[in-house]
Amino acid sequence: MRIRPFIISTVITAGLIIALNKKWGSVPAMGKFLSPQHGFWQNAEATDHDFTAELKFPDLKGSAEVYFDERLVPHIFAENDEDAYFVQGYIHAKFRLFQMDLQTKAAEGRASEIAGAKAIGYDREQRRLGMKFAAENALKEMEKDTIAWKNFSAYTKGVNAYIHSLSESETPLEYKLLDLEPEEWTNLRTALLLKMMAKMLSSGTEDDLEATNAKSIFTQHEFNIIYPQIPDSLMPIVPKGTLFDAPGIVPLEPLSADSLYFKNKQQVAATEISRPDKNNGSNNWVVAGSKTQSGSPILCNDPHLELSLPSIWFETQITTPTSNTYGVSLPGSPFIIIGFNDSIAWGVTNAQRDVKDFYSIKFKDNTKKEYWFNGKWEPTQIRIEEIKIKGEATIYDTVAYTIYGPVMFDESFPDTNAINQNLAVRWVAHDPSNEAMAFYKLNRAKNYDDYADAIKTFDCPGQNFVFASKAGDIAIWQQGKFPARWNGQGLYIMPGDDPAYSWQGFIPQTENPHAKNPERGFLESANQRPVDSTYPYFIPGAYITPRGRAIEHFLSPMTSVTPDDMKKLQANYFNILARDERPILLHYVNENGLNADAKRYLDIEKKWNLQADPASQGQTVHQSWWDSLEVEIWYDDINRSKPASSWPEEQTTMELLKKDSFSLIYIDNVNTTQTETLRDVVTAALNKASANLLAKEKEGKLEWAKFKNPTIYHLLKKALMPFARTGLGVGGNGNIINAVTHSHGPSWRMIVHLAAETEAYGVYPAGQSGNPGSKYYDDFIDTWAAGAYYRLWVMKSSETIDKKVKWRMSFENQKTGTGL
Amino acid sequence: MKFSVALILTALLSFINGLYFSWWGIAIAAFLIALLVRQKARMAFASAFSALLLLWSGLAWWINIENENILSARIGELLGIGNNPFLLIMITGAIGGLVAGFAAMSGSFLRSSKA
Repeated sequence: MRIRPFIISTVITAGLIIALNKKWGSVPAMGKFLSPQHGFWQNAEATDHDFTAELKFPDLKGSAEVYFDERLVPHIFAENDEDAYFVQGYIHAKFRLFQMDLQTKAAEGRASEIAGAKAIGYDREQRRLGMKFAAENALKEMEKDTIAWKNFSAYTKGVNAYIHSLSESETPLEYKLLDLEPEEWTNLRTALLLKMMAKMLSSGTEDDLEATNAKSIFTQHEFNIIYPQIPDSLMPIVPKGTLFDAPGIVPLEPLSADSLYFKNKQQVAATEISRPDKNNGSNNWVVAGSKTQSGSPILCNDPHLELSLPSIWFETQITTPTSNTYGVSLPGSPFIIIGFNDSIAWGVTNAQRDVKDFYSIKFKDNTKKEYWFNGKWEPTQIRIEEIKIKGEATIYDTVAYTIYGPVMFDESFPDTNAINQNLAVRWVAHDPSNEAMAFYKLNRAKNYDDYADAIKTFDCPGQNFVFASKAGDIAIWQQGKFPARWNGQGLYIMPGDDPAYSWQGFIPQTENPHAKNPERGFLESANQRPVDSTYPYFIPGAYITPRGRAIEHFLSPMTSVTPDDMKKLQANYFNILARDERPILLHYVNENGLNADAKRYLDIEKKWNLQADPASQGQTVHQSWWDSLEVEIWYDDINRSKPASSWPEEQTTMELLKKDSFSLIYIDNVNTTQTETLRDVVTAALNKASANLLAKEKEGKLEWAKFKNPTIYHLLKKALMPFARTGLGVGGNGNIINAVTHSHGPSWRMIVHLAAETEAYGVYPAGQSGNPGSKYYDDFIDTWAAGAYYRLWVMKSSETIDKKVKWRMSFENQKTGTGL
Repeated sequence: MKFSVALILTALLSFINGLYFSWWGIAIAAFLIALLVRQKARMAFASAFSALLLLWSGLAWWINIENENILSARIGELLGIGNNPFLLIMITGAIGGLVAGFAAMSGSFLRSSKA
């Protein structure tokens, strides 16, 4: 009898299978994961993988052909728009499914389903900011527009056609690592993705909470000095001297504003958990034919975003009977976002307008069912948010909606210890709108009028749409739905009980800042304030000036511009701000007060050529010294409130120090007994910076690229470092045209020369495939890092046998398919 | 002779199971072959272990060559064994081998209990 050994070995076998079929902490289910027929090996794509396929789906109306070139860029040729967007959905999913799934789950406030309890705070904030509420409102608008609805629906069907075709072995690697399943796509998820962009680009562009605290510690005069509206160094998007029309709407300041608003010194304890990166900016510019060698316009754009693997962008050409468009799309959304067609080219930078305000709310009681507004108790709408958590019980969060929007902060959020302060958020992204259709129309625009018409319903996030056409027009519109504010409105938290503080209307679309065919022959935007002080509306917000100045510095004198000149300009490392800062540092530094190392660094600073190139030591020294100086000057001041007030913009400190009249109260450290002079702090700043510089120098990291260590993380950041690319040899910085910081910067560089035959170049720092096991995962990175480009191939339908075509994927209707 | 027959059949059936079933189809395959080809428990374990070591390592090795080490390097770093494709391939085979080996032992014991 071998029953006992049988039982023992069977138990061991079963135990092994169970243990190896289960995820242990961050260790994936090893049996499943290592099985070469199921697990990660299946994602190890052969470097000569054949992407050719013949596919049939009942949801297609006709047929479509996709030709992939050697960089895995799909060139889609479809018999109608819907089929084109079905195919776009299928291909996005094929190469970027996990990214699409993760980003939209995160947007909706469902990160805890993937990351577990550590993401609860993030999820609650997404819900309380009303991300899903905003997406639902956008979805209702989509439904009303028949063209939008059928194209979005076709895209969704394409994504799902791919998801349904997936076998266990083909599931993207990240699902295997995390032990998750892909989730069905819906039109709501497309709306969520666009709201994620709205948050990224129009939430965090305001400093209402920090400014409220700044107001409590600084006088109005001081506030205006530290956070100036119009910087001295501003070169606005709309060229200076442009005349503006009289305003169509003149908002009225409430009578109580002075006492209840401007002079209200109450601090706020709430802070946002996941504020978008302040560096989310961009460059775009366009040069008219009068300044180019060919006589045709050249349009350039490089949107600066968090750099990630896979990239936020996916390159595509889409050709249908109504359009032939090339550019980058967002996986999760059907249309080309930045690109060109046979007649025009366009690009975007972020307008960084403040379209989000906070109102203090008084609830009748802790049921939050009623709040005080306009002299009576008004009912709220209560939304119960169900937050599922991986490995733990579901939690519920109650969010009250007021006339302004959701009450984001209350006694239960962000934590229960904070002072009881209920803050409702009024945000343009909540309003019904259909931004994506602007891109549908732009993809098909043939001239300036089509472009202007296409973008006018684009409400949020406000963008600077730069434009050029083969007809020779150049233009820029700062487009968005922007509240018309009385002077000072929305800088700080506003009283929520008095309707006089509500937004009184929006700036008429035709009065949005814009310029067309200016005399000087070029237009640019680089996240600076769009207009100078002659614009008739109040625009709150902190804006930077250096990149815009640098672009104008180089573009203004240029003539006979070529695409090569533009490539050099996008890669430009000149630190224009340092040009202004260095004389201040050198004037005030007391060399006798420096330690030996600091003297050595001073020497490096003096000899520096102001270029932030990868090998530059001067850039490292300068940036460290200036940052140290900012700490010396401002840290004690802004930390007089808790949480701290905002830091002044970098150019503000420079502009203030240039003026002899700058009050020494900021220079003096309020926490010491002696009175510091500017000479003291500039010297001390270098001595303090030297300690860190010396440590870096000993590690061999004094060169700028080694110091900042440019890194492109996988979407799951530090959890998947082997999927990241680190130590890239790229210079630049956020205030330099080539705006690469540690993990942020030009996410797509594009140059379009609108000659008779379009000549276009582009590159983004990742690859078309989101699969870390594919050679197309990161194959563009070295090209991007070197400041090089790919010539963008606008394929014609007659070029199907061109040697650049590597694979062909054909899509046919299942019923009419011939089965060839 | 029986050892080789069991080894080949286990590898073959495991591969077929892998096409249609979950990864632990290898345990079913090893168990069934051990019932079919009568061997002592120790030999049943050894033949099934070898079968899966060869099958899984072999498949992984082939995939890795075609992939030019791209993913094995990243996964090796992630699992803390560094960029060492050979070790990762061997671990893959050993895990498959262990599961199949114990399953085959069960088959062998069951078969011998009938005798």
